Amino acid sequence: MAATEKQLEQAKRTVRLIIERQKDANSEPYEEEFVVPYRAGMNVIAALMEIQRNPVNARGDATAPVTWESNCLEEVCGACTMVINGKPRQSCSALIDQLDQPIRIKPMRTFPVMRDLVVDRSRMFAALKKVKAWIPIDGTYDLGPGPRMAEAERQWAYELSKCFTCGACVEACPNVNEKQSFMGPFVISQARLFNTHPTGAMHKADRFEALMDEGGIHECGNAQNCVQVCPKGIPLTTSIAAMNRDINWFSLTRWLNR
Amino acid sequence: MATAAVMSGNAANRGFLFRRLHTLSGVIPVGMFLLEHLFTNATATVGPGAYNNAVNAIQHIPFLHVVEFIFIFLPLIYHGVYGLYSAYTSGYNALQYTWARNQLFIWQRITGVITFVFIIYHLWATRFSGQEPNFEFVHNLVSQPANFIFMLVGVIAATFHFSNGLWSFFVHWGITVGARAQRVSAIVLLTLFVLLAAMGVVSLVAFVQGW
Repeated sequence: MAATEKQLEQAKRTVRLIIERQKDANSEPYEEEFVVPYRAGMNVIAALMEIQRNPVNARGDATAPVTWESNCLEEVCGACTMVINGKPRQSCSALIDQLDQPIRIKPMRTFPVMRDLVVDRSRMFAALKKVKAWIPIDGTYDLGPGPRMAEAERQWAYELSKCFTCGACVEACPNVNEKQSFMGPFVISQARLFNTHPTGAMHKADRFEALMDEGGIHECGNAQNCVQVCPKGIPLTTSIAAMNRDINWFSLTRWLNR
Repeated sequence: MATAAVMSGNAANRGFLFRRLHTLSGVIPVGMFLLEHLFTNATATVGPGAYNNAVNAIQHIPFLHVVEFIFIFLPLIYHGVYGLYSAYTSGYNALQYTWARNQLFIWQRITGVITFVFIIYHLWATRFSGQEPNFEFVHNLVSQPANFIFMLVGVIAATFHFSNGLWSFFVHWGITVGARAQRVSAIVLLTLFVLLAAMGVVSLVAFVQGW
């Protein structure tokens, strides 16, 4: 009996969403409001799926369903990152019960918006390539086992490895904008991760050079929004300061050694 | 920027070098000069004689104009002009992200611009006024309410910009790395701001009161 009443109560509840939409990469953004039925435990993606099922806006007009990207649904792939109630975060782990309504959803405008909530994050991958955010292990012959990594270092380096290139730190950073070319906080932390690995450290200088280049570490202005919005709690500002120390030393000694 | 070309050896690193010179020049020598200047002014609290003696000692530094140009004007112009450029290219999003550090990021830029304007006025009204710098001259200057308010705003903006800038300097030079170290340095340096601003204001009041 009680269960039935609860179900009835739930059936009446709705979720209000105001979504900033865009038809394609070149058109102007506009807002559209939606009201979808509430279900216990639903996340923002479940609400977007409701709109997909019944693409009618709050005024009752038929509309194109809202497009978005999502993949893992467990906050490890970063694909569904969008700005929800003013903060960039993954929509899979954004639970409706914990959000103020109407829920305002926008795409991350730091990146080129392709359509609705879908953005093109290629610039992040270009940045990772620029700093060689990997450990080269291939050779023309068997290179043998690499050097061992100290457990104490591995422990904190593991925290840095949780970065899934979601773009939240890039979106929140005031110095990533159209007036300058800052690559973003994540890439500095990734360079630090691969510099810490004993095999990765063999390419330390390349990563330092890349971070002294255009869009590098010097364009950080210490607003520190990145560390606040990172869904994985990665100590991005610590990585930036630690890399500042390394890179300043690297550039100074290189100049004096010439 | 001949040193720039030599140091970088590579055009792509120029931005890195310019930014690092900007944070460095803000502390050494510009910040050091600010401290010296505030302490000299504070001698006004001891009396006109003490202030006039302090000014006199500065006037007798050998090669004063060369020292002034190389250690004050040149780095000050560089820090100020590059700072204006930096403030222009920064984004401002503290309405969306209201965390304290992001607010301070904006205040650093606001006080930088205020200080820039203030210093131009300040140089024009004192250093390049053609008048003998002594207690009486400063007394007459700051006794005008408009000048007093401008000086007050300038002193507070400059001391905030220095203290908060020093926090940033410690991060840019990799001195305070961890979150705890950065939190402690923020507390220490905001306390420094309060002390320096108070010292500046007390000195200003001493100039107004005369003796």
